[in-house]
Amino acid sequence: MTLILLPLAGAMLAFLFPRAGGRLGLLTAFSVLFSAIALAAVVIGDGVQLHLLGGWPAPLGITLRTDGLSMVMLLVAAVVGLGISLYAAVWFRQEPLNGERFWPLWLLLWSALNALFLSADLFNLYVTLELLGLSAVGLAAVAGGAAAYAAAMRYLLVSLLGSLLYLLGVALIYHACGSVDITLVAERLSPSAASRAALALMVSGLLLKTALFPLHFWLPAAHANAGAPVSAALSGLVVKATFYLLLRLWLELFDTFAPQLETLLGLLGAAAVLWGSLQALRQSRLKLLIAYSTVAQIGYLFMAFPLAAAAGLQAWYGALYLVMSHALAKSAMFLAAGNLRRHAGHDRIAELDLVAQRLPLSVSAFALAGMTIMGLPPSGGFIAKWWLLQAALVQGMWGWALVLVVGGLLSAAYLFKVVGFAFTRARGTHEACPVPLSMEWIALLLAIGSVLLGLLVLPPMALLGVGDPFGLALEAGQ
Amino acid sequence: MTLNQLLPLVVLASSLLPGLLIFALPEERHRTRSALNLGGALIKLALVLWMLWGVYNQQLYEVRLAFLPGLELVFRVGPLALFFIILSSGLWLVTTVYAIGYLEGSPNRSRFFGFFSLCVTSTVGLAMAGSLFTFLLFYEMLTLTTYPLVVHRGTEAARRAGRAYLAYTVFGGALLMAGTVWLYTLTGTLEFVPRGFVSGLDPSYRTQLVLIFILLIAGLGVKAALFPLHGWLPMAMVAPAPVSALLHAVAVVKAGAFGIVRVVYEVYGVEFAFGIGVTYPLAIVAAVTILYGSLRAMFQDDLKRRLAFSTISQVSYVALGVAIVGPIATIGGVVHLVHQGVMKITLFFCAGNMAETLGVHRISEMNGVGKRMPWTMAAFTIAAFGMIGLPPFAGFISKWYLSLGALEAGREWVVLLLVISSLLNAAYFLPILHVAWFRQPDGPWPEERDYGNRETAWALLLPPLITAGFTIAIGLFAAAPFTPLEWAKLISLREFGTP
Repeated sequence: MTLILLPLAGAMLAFLFPRAGGRLGLLTAFSVLFSAIALAAVVIGDGVQLHLLGGWPAPLGITLRTDGLSMVMLLVAAVVGLGISLYAAVWFRQEPLNGERFWPLWLLLWSALNALFLSADLFNLYVTLELLGLSAVGLAAVAGGAAAYAAAMRYLLVSLLGSLLYLLGVALIYHACGSVDITLVAERLSPSAASRAALALMVSGLLLKTALFPLHFWLPAAHANAGAPVSAALSGLVVKATFYLLLRLWLELFDTFAPQLETLLGLLGAAAVLWGSLQALRQSRLKLLIAYSTVAQIGYLFMAFPLAAAAGLQAWYGALYLVMSHALAKSAMFLAAGNLRRHAGHDRIAELDLVAQRLPLSVSAFALAGMTIMGLPPSGGFIAKWWLLQAALVQGMWGWALVLVVGGLLSAAYLFKVVGFAFTRARGTHEACPVPLSMEWIALLLAIGSVLLGLLVLPPMALLGVGDPFGLALEAGQ
Repeated sequence: MTLNQLLPLVVLASSLLPGLLIFALPEERHRTRSALNLGGALIKLALVLWMLWGVYNQQLYEVRLAFLPGLELVFRVGPLALFFIILSSGLWLVTTVYAIGYLEGSPNRSRFFGFFSLCVTSTVGLAMAGSLFTFLLFYEMLTLTTYPLVVHRGTEAARRAGRAYLAYTVFGGALLMAGTVWLYTLTGTLEFVPRGFVSGLDPSYRTQLVLIFILLIAGLGVKAALFPLHGWLPMAMVAPAPVSALLHAVAVVKAGAFGIVRVVYEVYGVEFAFGIGVTYPLAIVAAVTILYGSLRAMFQDDLKRRLAFSTISQVSYVALGVAIVGPIATIGGVVHLVHQGVMKITLFFCAGNMAETLGVHRISEMNGVGKRMPWTMAAFTIAAFGMIGLPPFAGFISKWYLSLGALEAGREWVVLLLVISSLLNAAYFLPILHVAWFRQPDGPWPEERDYGNRETAWALLLPPLITAGFTIAIGLFAAAPFTPLEWAKLISLREFGTP
């Protein structure tokens, strides 16, 4: 509960006292991380936590539920959120006016994220989804400028449409089952035309918001035109939240409904991996390249759906591991790119060699985060890829395995296109804007975090397994 | 954790920690950096020699770290691992001295020596790897840590070379990973054991095992520069001389060859590999690579490129020795891991000396170099004789055992191949020696630097002299205890379980 209220209160205060936004934000960020860790300790010790708002049980009241899956997402949000907050506190010193707009929205977004990870009923999830979408759109517009406004407008429409589709689905389910509590719905839902329609509506709404190919058209512009801390939050956390929601619905409600849909999701995922990587390879601007890389990485997440059919453990753990490490790595990348861009005043890749040499820490952050994106060891991305590949090969699904391998090669190609410039000799000097060392270190620490995930695998796995969110115990029993 | 478990980790840390510290050092702290480098290298060598004594006396150094469910990170130092570690850590020390001298006064040295240390860490890690999974981790790390060294010069050519290097090695890494995962889904274990762990599988998996073998060998073959996966190696010659030395003798190429030995002997088991018919094609590939590398070497005027093609040819002796299938050929192949390393590093040091001191990069510019730099050319000559396979130098031992092994296994064509290869080696090395010793200099050297009455700096001259000394010693006293040959026999006896 504190996890939702803390950032919410922070957002209110930051709105009321805009000058103190930075300090309030940092205070909130540290306390959220602290309470997330405290909750994680409880979850590890005592298992799944249920919290009834106002003391009312499920059909009437609102239930908050924390299992291993939600806890991992909360922790990721807390760690990445702290990094983004620290970074933003320094970043917005140069743009105080934007900073005043940033803090309330960002804390609101964080609160919506936490609420989404904790909610256990479909309508409540809709509320958090809408809140998340609106604050994300607001953040995307913070940077100002025609391009950012246009991108934010498109993002707004997409986001509203996505939530609307989801809401329609919820309405159908409420009609069929008389409840919106996930556990109750799961007991009552039967495969009928109405529930199939609900599934289709909800899934397509969420796919739109998660930017799965070919519904990714809005993402690159929205993510690339925002300021660095905002891009990091959007790419690192927001798309993960909608993926989490989709996964949750899938696991709890719809997993037996539509096996064809699994394959469809997987195919779209594979297409996203290839298309996103190829597009990233073609970009000449750093931030667009990173944004397209997000499109590709989202694809991997969806490839887990068909793979999970016969290798649930490997596929889901692989996907979740990718969610974790990608959240850290991608936010590190966007922050590092923000440093480079601020230093140079542009982010044209071909001219980066003038910059890269002067910001070795940011380039290291980019390169380390790149290891996760490429799936090379030691990094969380490698572990994820190992599992996904294992899931594919154990079932003899050669096609999926091939996409996984080719996707890794393509990502290496587009990342080294950038990193290569770090080693060329810079010609001449130019007027550059100094970048505070703290901003470089934050990016680097997040990147190191994504590498550490590849070295310490067992603790996150143990946490993820609490409450058996993937229904693996059942599977093993069959 | 007992001392024996701790030692492998300390050996890793002895280059990892200096590497990380060096990154943090400001550019101008030369002394601290050199002290860290040399200190780390000396500690590592001392620890490795300690383990050498231990392994000789049947000690086992093994540590297992929980990593993934069902998959542990295993480091195990047996005879074969130690063989490679001795080579790497010994040559690393020499190369560090050389690199400190070579890069004196050039920019970005913190970055260079940082990655240099990480590169050696990865090499030692993959040498100690006790399972294919651990091997894979360090193999990929080696790719990443070597890239900054290849592009170190920062020129456009360096960047192109770096791109080619990555394109090949990342592709190879992906193949190796795919093969490893596939194998794991079949066997559920990846730990190296004598005579392999796949032979117990149902015969119906035979086709899959052949495909996996191809994936693994292709993945390793990229680094081992097996034809047609060798393209990156000549391009990578734009890197500074110590890096070339590292690539060719200490780390990258050797890692590939070493991996092939591991896969054939301790993943598949050589009898099983022979049984499913994959060793003969490997022998053919190795043979083609040997001839192709030598032929291409003959037509290179750039000295380092000629040496690079020579490496392509020579490293395949290792794969050939493994693929002939037979105890004696095995000894010949394995021992060549070290022999080739010692000889080739000498050649690269000498080439670097000529480039650094006189600005000579091409063989056509080498007229009379022997009079200006007699010590350097003496070392070069010894190593070149070794490469050709003249007794009593190290290369002769390798070729002798390879030939005997081939005869024993009934593959007479290999002997013919070795004879042709030796002739080709002579054909591309002897002209170099001729112009260097017997021709008069054409005029002033392209870019001569003055070192007083010495021919070049001490730090540049000593390393090739030391390694040239080894080239003679390990050939001349091959039958003494603790020489590479005797150790290779020990490996064959203990680790591969062949009589």
